[in-house]
Amino acid sequence: MNPHVRRPQPLPADHPGTPAPRLLTLTIDGQVAQVREGTSLLKVLQSLGIDTPTLCWAENLTPVNVCRICVVELEGARTLVPSCSRAAEDGMVVHSDSPRVQAARRTVLELLASSVDTSTAPQMLAFMARYAADGQRFGPAQAPLAAGERDRALAGHHHLGDGQSAATVAQPVKIDNSLYVRDYAKCILCYKCVESCGIDAQASFAIAVAGRGFDARISTEHAVPLPESACVYCGTCVDACPTGALMFKSEHDLRQAGQWRPADQATTRTICPFCGVGCTLELTSQDNKIVRVTSPKDSPVSAGALCVKGRFGTVFVHGVAGEEGDEPSSTVP
Amino acid sequence: MDLRPISAAATAAETEAIDALLQAHAPADHAGRQPEFPVGFRRARSQRHLLLPGLHALQLRCGWISPGGLGYLCKRLHVPPADGFAVASFYALFSTAPQPPLAVHVCDDIACKLAGADQIIDDLKQQWDPDASPQAAWHRSPCLGLCEQAPAALRIESGEWPREQAWGHVTSQQLMQALQGGAVPEALPAPLPQDRKNLKLLRRIGAVDPASLADYCAHGGYLALRRALELGPQRIIEEVAASGLTGRGGAGFPTGRKWAAVAAQHAHPKYLVCNADESEPGTFKDRALMEGDPFLLVEAMTVAGLAIGAERGYLYLRAEYPVALRRMQHAIDQARAAGLLGADILGQGLNFELEIRRGAGAYICGEETALLASLEGFRGEPRTKPPFPVEVGLFGQPTCINNVETLCCVPDIVLHGGAAYAAIGTKLSAGTKLFCVSGLVQKPGVYELPLGTPLAQLLELAGAGPLERIGSVLLGGAAGTFVRGDDLQIPLTFEDTRKIGATLGSGVVLVLGAETPVLPLLQRLAAFFRDESCGQCVPCRVGTVRVQELLARVAGAAPLGSWSEERFRLQELGQCMRDASICGLGQTATSAIESAVARLGIIERAAAADPIAGGIA
Ligand SMILES: Cc1cc2nc3c(=O)[nH]c(=O)nc-3n(C[C@H](O)[C@H](O)[C@H](O)COP(=O)(O)O)c2cc1C
Ligand code: SF4
Ligand code: SF4
Ligand code: SF4
Ligand code: FES
Ligand code: FES
Repeated sequence: MNPHVRRPQPLPADHPGTPAPRLLTLTIDGQVAQVREGTSLLKVLQSLGIDTPTLCWAENLTPVNVCRICVVELEGARTLVPSCSRAAEDGMVVHSDSPRVQAARRTVLELLASSVDTSTAPQMLAFMARYAADGQRFGPAQAPLAAGERDRALAGHHHLGDGQSAATVAQPVKIDNSLYVRDYAKCILCYKCVESCGIDAQASFAIAVAGRGFDARISTEHAVPLPESACVYCGTCVDACPTGALMFKSEHDLRQAGQWRPADQATTRTICPFCGVGCTLELTSQDNKIVRVTSPKDSPVSAGALCVKGRFGTVFVHGVAGEEGDEPSSTVP
Repeated sequence: MDLRPISAAATAAETEAIDALLQAHAPADHAGRQPEFPVGFRRARSQRHLLLPGLHALQLRCGWISPGGLGYLCKRLHVPPADGFAVASFYALFSTAPQPPLAVHVCDDIACKLAGADQIIDDLKQQWDPDASPQAAWHRSPCLGLCEQAPAALRIESGEWPREQAWGHVTSQQLMQALQGGAVPEALPAPLPQDRKNLKLLRRIGAVDPASLADYCAHGGYLALRRALELGPQRIIEEVAASGLTGRGGAGFPTGRKWAAVAAQHAHPKYLVCNADESEPGTFKDRALMEGDPFLLVEAMTVAGLAIGAERGYLYLRAEYPVALRRMQHAIDQARAAGLLGADILGQGLNFELEIRRGAGAYICGEETALLASLEGFRGEPRTKPPFPVEVGLFGQPTCINNVETLCCVPDIVLHGGAAYAAIGTKLSAGTKLFCVSGLVQKPGVYELPLGTPLAQLLELAGAGPLERIGSVLLGGAAGTFVRGDDLQIPLTFEDTRKIGATLGSGVVLVLGAETPVLPLLQRLAAFFRDESCGQCVPCRVGTVRVQELLARVAGAAPLGSWSEERFRLQELGQCMRDASICGLGQTATSAIESAVARLGIIERAAAADPIAGGIA
């Protein structure tokens, strides 16, 4: 990621060195809003109750503003601006639902849907319905590439097609460990996993965006399998992924077997039993088995991040392998 | 952070190449010894900017970036291996898979296509058997900046004695020779097509020995730096502002205002960066300046450093310019030896250090924020502005980024005053401008004309023949527009081109004949943007692919739905890319294509199987 995306963080509001906040006045869709200096346009929109779609933004991650779904029209600006990362300025006049904004959002969704499998991304499907986006308008999808083909793409080289089918990122799912799978046919390249694995949360730096252009992809060094990489299986990236491209193996296996039944699932909020930090856990269970462990992004303790024990270790409650004929559904490789 | 290193071991050659590089960049207090983790992680991490030079060292020594080599480099620089791979795989001239040691890059971009590059490539496909020779390989390449000598090629031989050579007027015989390890002619700067007495910026080119500082001084060199030292920073900036000089890199931002903004920043240190990435297809003016008059750029950067208060400058040079690299490096070394660079320049207490950093085959690294990221050792991904680099630039510090041509205008402004410069050209477009003329003209090359000269006059100078024989002109480069007919009379200024929805861009003037098939050029432009998009934002990453596919359908006369649906689809794609892309690449990627559709009626012509459209389906 471009390092300049990371700006110096302002001091917290209650810090003695923080000057009294300046109030800014701006007009959004005709409503006048007063906000503190340093607030993003998205926060202002949210505070006014204006529902703004986002894909690459998350409250616990530094904005990378790459998906462009959150763009709004700013009077006086040549282009639309990303609301997730643009700071409010005094006197701004913003239109969040103008025809230009709607057109841009619709086309962005169409471009994504024409190249990515959205079947496990309910949020995207809802946005597409809202903006009447048609993922088919660029023609039938090209045949999926073989395993590893996209990983080997070299920058600046591509095969010219005849345009009769639309290039996609379709490829076989990567299953190289027993804890989570990577189905990059569903990846919209929102950078959330990279940020989670980097300085925003985990600081393992196991994955990054490699290649460029349409060949850009999430990759380990030289695309080695996860067990050979720096991954420590904290699962924070899986939790952050908005499309189901990264998925817990337990969920993946159930879906493959046609046994994933959200209607029969319960969520239980609890505290991780493993160490004194006390991260907040959210256990999703189905048929009395834990099938997914997530952590609320707004938890003051864990802010969406966990370690391998909290993320994958709670299955001990199912009993030990061999006992009652039960296998633990996951083991650390 | 606790990094997990790559387990593969580096070869002796890889270790040597990296050690030599790091040795040369060792901090002064460690000269002569390179501990594995020099003085704590903070310093190790602060060496990340050496990642790109390190990758160059590996590529040139071994022909590819192997896991072992990358692992060693990442360990020395304390960069996560996944991050190192992310950077290596970003650049077209780095290979992350084993490659033959000899690579020949054959340009098939717009100017070379007009000069028969496709025929040469077809010959090559027939004659060269890739399986029979594991020692060499050829690749198609985007514009190599040798368009006035089109078709062009670049030969890169890695190994203990690496060699890089670019040459023009390429034949398929020469390419076969080059692939078999034979010698090829080195492209030397083509002689200027204009009479020297009319030239200002280019006046020394061809008249001065580019390797001799003494000769440069004999031709009026380094008078401007002396004058600048008398004037002082404030007055220099005032003169530059008064001159009305605007950026020559494409965006046309007033240079005086940019300098004043950097000078006004309180943070220190400040940096000066010269953008010599010149990768816009059809552009070769900066190469002409750097090869023909390298000391001019060194002097200009020194003056700029003095004006904005920067003690360190970087010259970000595209990797495809081996001659410019040699000549600029030589000029920098000579200037340093003569006390014109370094500490206490001319005994006047001025400090300025200048270093060349090479790009590695990425058009997007010409975009200023991408360039900064690339210099720092990150992927060349642009970011949204604000903040602008004048506030938050290289290493987070205030930074002034200027094009080569922009900077080279400064010495004359300092010497003769801003008013004299402003007197040339028009009120809103001051001075002279370099134009890169190529395509179907008798005298292609770099032309210098006062802004405001009619395009028709430039075409006549270049021997384009009668205006009726001109099909159209691609003005401003890949991100420019096609103009034709009456528009050929427009005065070449920023304001007049804007009025007709065109742009001067980087000064590209590519001339197409009345019978030239346009679609192959459009398809090449679309493929260029697809290849060169950094891939960060959706409108550009996927949009460039959809535009390229759409043009393939136009060329194949096989529309998806009706032709008017295709036209509407292109419009909507263009609108979204202009409105929602992060940077200028995505914002302008459909500009030339949409102008060809609107002004040359390409879709109608293709539908009617008119040969002037002409596909390469
Ligand atoms: C995609 C893209 C590529 C660019 N390439 C170049 C380039 O090769 N050389 C250059 O000088 N400016 C290039 N620019 C413009 C730079 O971003 C920047 O505006 C310029 O270097 C500023 O210098 P100037 O004010 O002297 O023109 C490019 C811009 C974009 C959006
Ligand atoms: S599981 Fe954790 S360490 Fe592994 S890639 Fe995801 S975020 Fe990084
Ligand atoms: S894998 Fe998921 S989180 Fe990562 S970039 Fe792709 S969609 Fe985003
Ligand atoms: S517009 Fe294209 S090149 Fe620019 S940031 Fe977006 S993807 Fe990258
Ligand atoms: S949410 Fe703002 S650009 Fe993705
Ligand atoms: S060198 Fe081939 S198009 Fe410029």
